[in-house]
Amino acid sequence: MEFFTDMILLMDSTLRTATPLVLAALAGLVAERSGIVDIGLEGKMLAAAFAAAAAAAVTGSPWMGMLAGVGASVFLALLHGWVSIAQRGNQIVSGMAINIAVAGLAPTLANFWFQKGGQTPLLGDEARFSTITLPFADALADVPVIGALYSELISGHNLITYLAAALIPLVAWMLYKTRFGLRLRAVGENPEAVDTAGISVTLLRYQAMVIAGVLCGLSGSVLSTGLGGGFIRDMSAGKGYLALAAMIFGRWKPVPTLLACLLFGFVDALQGRLQGVALPLIGEIPVQFTMMLPYVLTVVILAGFAGRMDAPKASGTPYEKDH
Amino acid sequence: MTGFLRKIGATIALGVAFTTGAMAADFTPVLLYDIGGKFDKSFNEAAHTGGERFKEETGLDYKDFEPNSETQYEQALKRFARRKADLIIAVGVGYSVAVRNVASKYPDVKFTVIDAIIDLPNVQSITFKENEGSFLVGMIAAMKTESNTIGFLGGMDIPLIRRFERGYRQGAEYVKGDLTFIENYVGTTPSAWNDPIKAAEMARSQYARGADIIFSAAGPSGLGSIQAAKDTGNLAIGVDSNQNHVAPGYVLTSMLKRVDLAVYHAMKAAEAGEWKPGHTVLGLAEGGVDFALDEYNADLITAEMKAKLDEARAKIVSGEIVVSDVEGSNSGH
Repeated sequence: MEFFTDMILLMDSTLRTATPLVLAALAGLVAERSGIVDIGLEGKMLAAAFAAAAAAAVTGSPWMGMLAGVGASVFLALLHGWVSIAQRGNQIVSGMAINIAVAGLAPTLANFWFQKGGQTPLLGDEARFSTITLPFADALADVPVIGALYSELISGHNLITYLAAALIPLVAWMLYKTRFGLRLRAVGENPEAVDTAGISVTLLRYQAMVIAGVLCGLSGSVLSTGLGGGFIRDMSAGKGYLALAAMIFGRWKPVPTLLACLLFGFVDALQGRLQGVALPLIGEIPVQFTMMLPYVLTVVILAGFAGRMDAPKASGTPYEKDH
Repeated sequence: MTGFLRKIGATIALGVAFTTGAMAADFTPVLLYDIGGKFDKSFNEAAHTGGERFKEETGLDYKDFEPNSETQYEQALKRFARRKADLIIAVGVGYSVAVRNVASKYPDVKFTVIDAIIDLPNVQSITFKENEGSFLVGMIAAMKTESNTIGFLGGMDIPLIRRFERGYRQGAEYVKGDLTFIENYVGTTPSAWNDPIKAAEMARSQYARGADIIFSAAGPSGLGSIQAAKDTGNLAIGVDSNQNHVAPGYVLTSMLKRVDLAVYHAMKAAEAGEWKPGHTVLGLAEGGVDFALDEYNADLITAEMKAKLDEARAKIVSGEIVVSDVEGSNSGH
């Protein structure tokens, strides 16, 4: 029974940890499927986290925070789009430039507006997306197995986590079942063909960047107004890169990407759980080793099990009409 | 890019300081913070408070600098040393190697380093007995816990933070013998100080496993732990600065490390010409560490608890209780 409770706690933690990862990974997926490499996820996430916390602190409303977070992220996505689509610039350089610029700009602006040394004020409960208890969660809590699953694991997350859960099938449906999705996938594989068919490559790619911007904006907002309560410099802590890895590991497909994010989230929760715990035969594992776990696992999986990587063929190359 | 902008900014500021300093010959100390930022509501903020107190009382201004990465430690020290700053105060054990290198190259510049021990004729080292302060908050946790399970959340896993943990455990066990401890470290690199999301997740996990009080010694990451306490309706213990006000009613107390006093006294002494190199240790006896009691946690700490704490404090000061320490807490890593 204790094992069961432990597993529920781990899964619960996994869902929270995976939320920003899933959203960012979906953003990267949509961008890359349209042919634009988006290494700037980290920067957009951090910008959104800052904008969301700042707006929520000023207005006292998490919704305004979310709006500002999404706005900041979409702006950066369009900037990246403009460099990659209109200017045909190097997409890696542009993405990294966004990451570095935001890492410096966000604390600087925070300091300028709030004079708290690069942080926003801590948000009160009314300015955050607090946890939602689903209907019947308390009533069902005593029912064995299912009750615990429902009340502990499924109920009691913040709004954006539920939103993320709803967005996964939506993005999958958009990519595979709609005309727009078909064109989007085509433009990442063979933009010449799309262009020959009389569809604007430029417009499609800008549309993809807006969608990616919205998703990444949600991912940043959940950091500062859902899971946390305020912005602290560098709080994205490499999650954007981890999301990128999850997307590649998930072979640019929504469901495998989701599974990859859940796996990363689970390993992260597990390593926290293993710290200072004496295991049978092995004894207590040093913190340094448990910390390595997510990275070791990533390398092992990517090297051993991931198999062939089919990146969208036109990903990373700007489209030029004239050749 | 920002590093570059900051550098320009700092250079301009220095240029101004240098010219005005040359005209008025004002005493201008320099304060270098550790990574985490001036207003981390914790360690660096305590240093800032000390500098502000000096400024308020003497009317003399001080210069400060916030590094973005470890590589800036030495650059910043060199830059201020080259300008012959009146006193350079470097806050944080991370500075130890950089201060040793720079101080030996500029023997006529005075350095004060906090949390590290550097044996040079122009360096004053100030360290704290964090284990003694942690002992007291450990006692508070043990007296307050209802589940007999208490947690510890460290930032970066270094000997200095292990020292907090050691004192905390010993203090708790001094009160109750049958406690369960849960411990976590956010990470093993300096980014562990700036990851409140991960800290909050670890704190939630500790609360879910039965802990009802968590002491976090994790800089800005510790704010995540306090957030988790608030979200789950449990108690947290703050660190370095008084963090009781961050979430009133959910912060049981804070382990105070009076970096503000250390900074203030170093500046005052240097201004009066009484600054001396060497190693100073500030413990309970010297008022260097303590626990915080104010209007935000007055309801959480009973008179009976207070009496026991005062008794233990007297025993530590007199040497009757010896709080054990962790080797290498104040050397570079």
